[in-house]
Amino acid sequence: MAIWLTKDSKVIVQGITGSEGTKHTRRMVAAGTNVVGGVNARKAGTDVDGIPVFATVAEAMAETAADVSVGFVPPAFTRDAALEAIDAQIPLLVLITEGVPVQDTAYFFAYSQERGASGDGAGATRIIGPNCPGLISPGQSNAGIIPSDITKAGRIGLVSKSGTLTYQMMYELRDIGFSTCVGIGGDPVIGTTHIDCLAAFQDDPETDAIVMIGEIGGDAEERAAEFIKANVTKPVVGYVAGFTAPEGKTMGHAGAIVSGSSGTAAAKAEALEAVGVRVGKTPSATARLMAEIING
Amino acid sequence: MDLYEWQAKELFAKYGVPTTKQVVVSALDEVAAAADSLGGGPVMVKAQVKAGGRGKAGGVKFAPTTADAVEKAGPILGMDIKGHTVRTLLISQAADIAEEYYFSFLLDRANRRYLAMCSAEGGMEIEELAVERPEALARVPVDPVAGVDAAKALEIATAGNIPEAVREKAAAVIEQLWAVFTGEEATLVEVNPLVRTPDEEVLALDGKVTLDENAAFRHEAVHEGYHDISATDPLEVRAKKLNLNYVKLDGEVGIIGNGAGLVMSTLDVVAYAGEAAGGVRPANFLDIGGGASAEVMANGLDVILSDPSVRSVFVNVFGGITSCDAVANGIVQALALLAGKGEEVTKPLVVRLDGNNAEEGRRILTEANHPLVEQVDTMDGAAKRAAELAHAAGAA
Repeated sequence: MAIWLTKDSKVIVQGITGSEGTKHTRRMVAAGTNVVGGVNARKAGTDVDGIPVFATVAEAMAETAADVSVGFVPPAFTRDAALEAIDAQIPLLVLITEGVPVQDTAYFFAYSQERGASGDGAGATRIIGPNCPGLISPGQSNAGIIPSDITKAGRIGLVSKSGTLTYQMMYELRDIGFSTCVGIGGDPVIGTTHIDCLAAFQDDPETDAIVMIGEIGGDAEERAAEFIKANVTKPVVGYVAGFTAPEGKTMGHAGAIVSGSSGTAAAKAEALEAVGVRVGKTPSATARLMAEIING
Repeated sequence: MDLYEWQAKELFAKYGVPTTKQVVVSALDEVAAAADSLGGGPVMVKAQVKAGGRGKAGGVKFAPTTADAVEKAGPILGMDIKGHTVRTLLISQAADIAEEYYFSFLLDRANRRYLAMCSAEGGMEIEELAVERPEALARVPVDPVAGVDAAKALEIATAGNIPEAVREKAAAVIEQLWAVFTGEEATLVEVNPLVRTPDEEVLALDGKVTLDENAAFRHEAVHEGYHDISATDPLEVRAKKLNLNYVKLDGEVGIIGNGAGLVMSTLDVVAYAGEAAGGVRPANFLDIGGGASAEVMANGLDVILSDPSVRSVFVNVFGGITSCDAVANGIVQALALLAGKGEEVTKPLVVRLDGNNAEEGRRILTEANHPLVEQVDTMDGAAKRAAELAHAAGAA
């Protein structure tokens, strides 16, 4: 079953005609994703490898019954692209773009929540990202830029702020396999959090255990720990990156910054361990903890 | 990007936020003219550093006369405040203060909206107030779509217990600060203290602003104008010019990797390995990103190898989108490029390639057979080796 993305998902690509959009559309198709269309107002009526290009998300949804959009739109245009997808009420919007101004993200996230609460029954668009690698349900569908050939289908759920650490963990546990791997992104404001993913994995009958990868900055991991304590009965293994990060320096991801004594890796690891999450010291040690749980 | 107080107050003035007149100086012989230009009355002499606790450190002084301002400025210029050397001073008109308040707009990451914080008890460190008297600090959520209008500003001022006599005036300032927050795309706008004067005016006497670097493309003049090269490490300046995502640290093992999370994790793994190797530590953070070309690898290696404290380098790549054969070719070409520029590479490189096309990447490096390049299969093993090499080089 997996979470949010399955073999039945119908995917469109906003920005399909750009170089990144085209490249990753081809990779998604090769991974078995059902890509049914693309969006570019100026190139409507054309196609990319036979995939039709529509003028708007709404038109693409009307023509193809798409329920997932993946955005490869430059940072300056991401806000408008997101608002268009939200207005069209697409159920899932995956924003890959890095470098989106945080006030743009705060705006379109709030807009999606208000739209979802408007009472027309459609619910809020779930936004994953921005600045994320997307999500993959191995063997079923791949929405974003996660390589599809480094792991197989299985029963572990994975949630991570970091792209390459997601790949590293998928690779380390490739013999066990994953239900869904979600890269939620490294920006200060993101549409889907660790907690959203933990809740979905807890409810997913095809997920037996969860790996959660965090990093310095904010308090998402601490809040996730509280959530786990109250709501998650499946085993959770954790990893936190950035123990050696100095205060006040942004480490690559816009959201990865230690401010004073808050946002440190040590505090996050401690909070997770306090609620019974086993935390690995390195990615490989974390993978071993998960392998022990699965293999008994 | 964190701004200096004088920059924050300059932005405040642009949006009509009432504040005091100010002049920025960087040498002692400019102080007298600056104080005179403000009318010759009492002034404040304020150290400009991006750190809190300036007052406690003796970096903020009241000077009733111009002569006194010069005398007070002397010891402050060049002073060290929490590791920051004071290179500039703000000379500003001193205001008569009846009461001090606190105000800020900030990004509320947890709730994915904004937060207005307001208190009638300003002046002290806000972290202390939040701990000691949390009930005195109002925290009012701000919806990013609805924003802050006159009614919302008044709601915030009321929640913060700003006295009725100046509440309307404070609300007007709050609206102007909201204009600064959104107009400049800040993630923090803080005023501490926001003061009430004896003649019932409301003034911003201090300012702290953090701008969103992702929004720099919409505010080029401000971001470029306020970019502070003198306070940045020279290697970081050079890396930035080369578009590299680099942070200088204080260790001996140079680090190159792809992806922010993996590089942060690599620093940690190297630091653990270093505990058993004479206490060597990571020398830097460097993320070459996805699809790194030979040129990016060469630039990265160039910056890291030119850091005199680096004794060994760990290249840690997990091929996701990036293919490991491209990375291996990048390393080989980078070493050739550096040799071609006459820069002899003398520091050992430990390379770990995994993931997409790793076997081909390893084959390319094996074939190139560079005497300083060593391959290790696992991240933990490679970190251990790089730490040992750095330790050995330090002992030699």
